[in-house]
Amino acid sequence: MELVKNVVCPFCGTLCDDIICKVENDEIVGTINACRIGHSKFVHAEGAMRWKKPQIRDENGELVETTYDDAIEKAAQVLAASKRPLMYGWSCTECEAQAVGVDLAEQTKAIVDNTASVCHGPSVLALQDVGYPICTFGEVKNRADVVVYWGCNPMHAHPRHLSRHVFARGFFRERGRSDRTLIVVDPRESDSSKLADIHLQVGYNQDYELLDAMRAAMMGHEILYDEVAGIPREEIMEAVEALKNAQFGILFFGMGITHSRGKHRNIDTAIMMVQDLNNFAKFTLIPMRGHYNVTGFNQVATWESGYPYCIDFATGIPRYNPGETGANDVLQNKETDAMMVIASDPGAHFPQKSLRRMAEIPVIAIEPHRTPTTELADIILPPAIVGMETDGTAYRMEGVPIRMRKVVDSDLLSDREILQRLLKRVMEIKTASK
Amino acid sequence: MITLKPKEQPEVPLEVENVTPDAFAGKTVDEIKALPIWHGNGTVPLSDFFEVEGEAGATAAETQIIIDGDVPQTKRIGSGMTAGEITVKGNVSMYVGVGMKGGKITVEGNAKSWAGQDMSGGELTIMGNTGDYVGSSYRGDWRGMSGGLITVYGDAGNEAAEYMNGGKIVIKGDVSIMPGIHMNNGLLIIEGNVIARTGGEMAGGTIVVKGVIDEFLAGFKYHGVEKDIEVDGETIPGAFYKFTGDYAIKGANGTVYAAVAGNSHIAP
Ligand code: SF4
Repeated sequence: MELVKNVVCPFCGTLCDDIICKVENDEIVGTINACRIGHSKFVHAEGAMRWKKPQIRDENGELVETTYDDAIEKAAQVLAASKRPLMYGWSCTECEAQAVGVDLAEQTKAIVDNTASVCHGPSVLALQDVGYPICTFGEVKNRADVVVYWGCNPMHAHPRHLSRHVFARGFFRERGRSDRTLIVVDPRESDSSKLADIHLQVGYNQDYELLDAMRAAMMGHEILYDEVAGIPREEIMEAVEALKNAQFGILFFGMGITHSRGKHRNIDTAIMMVQDLNNFAKFTLIPMRGHYNVTGFNQVATWESGYPYCIDFATGIPRYNPGETGANDVLQNKETDAMMVIASDPGAHFPQKSLRRMAEIPVIAIEPHRTPTTELADIILPPAIVGMETDGTAYRMEGVPIRMRKVVDSDLLSDREILQRLLKRVMEIKTASK
Repeated sequence: MITLKPKEQPEVPLEVENVTPDAFAGKTVDEIKALPIWHGNGTVPLSDFFEVEGEAGATAAETQIIIDGDVPQTKRIGSGMTAGEITVKGNVSMYVGVGMKGGKITVEGNAKSWAGQDMSGGELTIMGNTGDYVGSSYRGDWRGMSGGLITVYGDAGNEAAEYMNGGKIVIKGDVSIMPGIHMNNGLLIIEGNVIARTGGEMAGGTIVVKGVIDEFLAGFKYHGVEKDIEVDGETIPGAFYKFTGDYAIKGANGTVYAAVAGNSHIAP
C-alpha cells in the first residue's frame, strides 16, 4: 500500500488540503484526515455505479454503449441545432474545464449556469449590489474572536469547518475555541447550534426582519417592536453588542439564509451589516459554498463574460438575469430546447416542473456516476474524476485557488478533454452550415 | 396605425426590441415585416411570427401599434420607446416597456416580470397582474426607474419599485414582499395588501399602502397618525400611520404611510 500525501478533497467548499490517500493497485482504498463525506467520495460510496463507457439512448429508450467519438458527434449535433441550449452544472469540475465550457456556451449561443443558481446565487446577486468584505480562512483561524454561523449547519454540511477554523489554535488565538465567541443563528437546534455561546433562534423566514432590527440598533436607533423574528429586543441588543465588540469578527452564512424568504435581499442586508460593523470592529464574511468548485465557476465565468452565472449568450453579447436566465427559469418556462449537464445532478435536486422539461428535450450528461440525471439523459459522456483521477484548479469557498492533485490513473477522458473535443466538433458543424 | 396579428407563439421565446413606434415610424409595411426579431439565439423577420397590416406614421409620435392577441412568449415589447402608442390586446412576457422614455403602452392582459424596468418617462398601464420587479433597476444597478408612470390594475409580485429613483407607480391590487426595497426617491402607491418588508432598506421616497401590511420592519420610526396626506403635490384622503426609515441604512429618509384601517397591529 502506498500513501499519497497533501491531497485536496474534491467534495465540499472547505477544500481541505491535508488529506492522505491510501492507494492499492491504482485504487484509493482509504483516507486519513478526511471527514466522513469526503472519505466516501474518495473510496466511492457503496452502491455507486461508474459509467465505464459513453452511452447513447436508442429508439427503445435503452442505453447502449458507444465510443467517445460517436457520443461527442451526437452531442455536437444536438448543441449546434438548438435554438436555446442550456449548459448547467460545472461545480464539481476544475477551472480549466469550466473555461472551455464558457467558450462552448459562447460559440453555441447558449445559456450557461452553475449550481450557484440553486445555492449561493442570491449571495452573488447581493454582492453585486452592495460589495463583498471577505477574508481568507487563515485570517479566521489566526485572528477571529467572534464567529457567526448564520443559516448553516457546518457540523453536517462542512464537517471539518469548525475544527479547522474555530476549534483550531491560531496565532492570536492561542487557546483556540475558548478564545472565540461562537454565535449561531438558526431556527432549529442543530449539532452546530449546540456548540454555540449564543444561539439566536430566529423565526422561520424572518432573517431579514432580524437583520433590519440589528442594523438599526447598531446605528443607535431604538428597535420598533419588543420582539422581532421571535427574539426579544434585549437578546438582539446583546448579540449586537457582542458583534460590535469583536476584535476580528467573521460571518459565515449558508443556504438557511440565502434561500429563506427574500433570498438575495437577506444577504444584501447581511453584507451591509458587516460593512457597518466595520465602524466599530474589524468584520468580514465568507459564504459557506457547498460543491468544492462552485466558487471557481463564478470566478471563471466572470473573467470570461463579466457575469458570474445565469449567462445568456443568445444574442452574441453576454446578458445576465437570474429569474429569467437561470437553469430552473428556462426549464420551467420551457424556453430551453436542449440541455447539457456537467459535474452536478439536477435530476436529483431540481423541482418536478424543471425535470418534466428535461424529460421532453435532449439531455447530454457529462457525469461519472449513474445518477437521477443520467436516467433522464440521452447521451452520457463519463469523465475521469477531478482531484482523484485527473488534476486541475479549484477555488475554495473564500476564493483561494488550490491545485487539485491526481492520485490514481484512469483511461477515461477528463471533463476538459471532452469539452474541447465537443467544442471543436460544434465549430466544424457551424462553419459547414454557413 | 399598424396592427400586428400574432401567429402561433413558439416555446423558445421571441425578443422584439424592434416593436416600437420609433422603429416602425416612416417605414412601409414590407419594411416592417422584414425587421429582425430574436427567436432564441438567431434572428427571423417579424413576419415569421406576426401578420403585419396598416400604415405607420411619419414619426414615432404619430405611430400607433396594436398587437391584436396574446403574446405570452414575446419579451421586450416597447423597449426604449420615446413616443407613440402600443396597445396589446392580451398577455405579454417579460420586460414590457423596458427602458421606456416616452409614449404610452397599454397591456390589456397580464405582464410577466420586469415590466417598466429602468423606465425614465411615459406611461405604462397593465390591466391584469404583473410579476416581480415592476419598475425595477437592471440587475446590479442601484439606480432604477427614474420617471414616468406605471399603473397596475391587478396584483404585483416581489420587489416592486426596487431601487426606484423617481416617477410614480400605482398598484391597485396586492403585492407580495419587499415593495420599495432600496427605494431612493419617487412615489409608490399600493391600494391592496402587502405581505412583508415594505420599504426595506429604503433611503428615500414615499410609499403609501391603503390595504393591510401583514408584517412591518423594526428598523422604522413611528410618528403617529396623519389625515389626508399630501404627497407629490396630490392629496390622498384617509387616515394613515406615518413611519420613517429604514434606519438600518445610514442617513435614511424614506416615508411609509399605512392606512389606519386594518393596520393597528403594526403601530407599536
Ligand atoms: S470538510 Fe469538506 S473538504 Fe474537508 S474533508 Fe470534509 S468534505 Fe472534504
